Amino acid sequence: MAERERSHTRPLGGVFVAHSQVLSPADVQRALTRMSHEVVERNGGVEDVVLVGLQTGGVPLAARMSDMLGQIEGATLVVGCLDVAFYRDDIGLRPVLPEAVTTIPGDLTGKVVVLVDDVLFTGRTIRAALNALNDFGRARAVQLAVMIDRGHRELPIRPDYVGKNLPTRREEMVDVGDEGVWIGTLEHSR
Amino acid sequence: MSGPQHLLSIADLGPDGIAEVLRVAEAFAEVERRSMPKVPTLRGKVVATLFFEESTRTRLSFETAAKRLSADVLSLTVANSSVKKGESLRDTVETVEAMGIDALIIRHASSGAPHRVARWATRARVINAGDGWHEHPTQALLDCFTVRQVLAERKGAAPEELGIDCFEGLRVLIVGDIRHSRVARSEVLAYSALGARVTLAAPGSLLPPSLEGWPVEVAADFDTALAGADVVSLLRLQSERGSGSFVPSLREYTAGWGLTSRRVDLLGEDAIVTHPGPMVRGVEIASDVADLPRTVVTQQVTNGVAVRMAILFLLLGGEWSGEGWHG
Repeated sequence: MAERERSHTRPLGGVFVAHSQVLSPADVQRALTRMSHEVVERNGGVEDVVLVGLQTGGVPLAARMSDMLGQIEGATLVVGCLDVAFYRDDIGLRPVLPEAVTTIPGDLTGKVVVLVDDVLFTGRTIRAALNALNDFGRARAVQLAVMIDRGHRELPIRPDYVGKNLPTRREEMVDVGDEGVWIGTLEHSR
Repeated sequence: MSGPQHLLSIADLGPDGIAEVLRVAEAFAEVERRSMPKVPTLRGKVVATLFFEESTRTRLSFETAAKRLSADVLSLTVANSSVKKGESLRDTVETVEAMGIDALIIRHASSGAPHRVARWATRARVINAGDGWHEHPTQALLDCFTVRQVLAERKGAAPEELGIDCFEGLRVLIVGDIRHSRVARSEVLAYSALGARVTLAAPGSLLPPSLEGWPVEVAADFDTALAGADVVSLLRLQSERGSGSFVPSLREYTAGWGLTSRRVDLLGEDAIVTHPGPMVRGVEIASDVADLPRTVVTQQVTNGVAVRMAILFLLLGGEWSGEGWHG
């Protein structure tokens, strides 16, 4: 979401100006369907699978994946949401504030956690999320699902399930929302 | 939002600042509920508590908050320090700061002492943990946090969904030794900044000499004021500040201004009773009233840690642009 991308990737706010559409809302839906089937295939079902959406962009995607996995497997999935602000490595370097309260359903020991986020960029959010997950128990495995992998990794992190690989320039921005996926730039008003 | 560098007074925050503290504290309250309630957020930071006046809960609460944020904590007990050898406040502060301390949490019997310290400090953030009769800002913040939590629980909503709108028009009655109470001053500022209507109830001798500029009313009749209150904030008689000589006797004080078993029945069904502690049962609050579900003293203590984590995080992590830690 533009809002989140703004506050997490730039020290100062600005206005996201969309340039072109990368995925339509229907494309996003198809990608989520495929990714959900991949989660089932990889884990031989959804037993012990816990979806954890990252605040704020990953939370609605995790909820949608949970609905689909429910339809595919006929099971109700546990969904959590995680805010990684307290685990970030840039605290003190730029304003870092929690966006929402974390809700992790119970102990994760022995579970397969699928982290869900909208855009994978430097990998630092995921690094923080892995740290945070540790405090909720020892998951049997942690997997990563992202709608967009835009490259420019700064850490050795790779996704397990990808909606779309999207080559970008570093200064570009990717927005995932109800209107699908758009690529654009952040314009500073001043 | 760029917030203040130090937390000396509620006036440093304003409604937006208070809202920010309550919002961030909600995220820390979740951390407190975990089986492993510790986050690495302030790793490498050093927090010092300088208490020139005795305290149990405030010092413990700040130290717990700092430790749950992974900061290192030093505590200066005046009884064992060079202050006893005649060192001045300024020299003590400079010495402590020279050790590279990031935050000074200070309690002092003199009103304004933290303000002086903040002016001397070159890099450390200063947090007022109570100065004389002046202010105790973190106490007022945790009171607001607790009240919102109770209101949210009754609505079946999450506290953060209520924002600060739930304080608009809320009738808050502050009772007791207002003259000598730093909690009362901070509460008046906090509740009124959030849009609540604050009324004071106390014997004339325990009201401040002047209420000019205070956004408050004074209750004409205590029993009537109780019936109309949504929140009753009880204060302790500050015997160490000589309150004893302002009332004829403790028994008379209790008869006139204590929340007795009879008076508690005058309260509306949903009225909340807060107390900053330590409570003196049988004086400002009857023992059975202290144990009623509407008396939220224990929640206040629990929430104090989350609110102080939020303050430490906002002052030391949220905005500062120096060298951070690298995970």
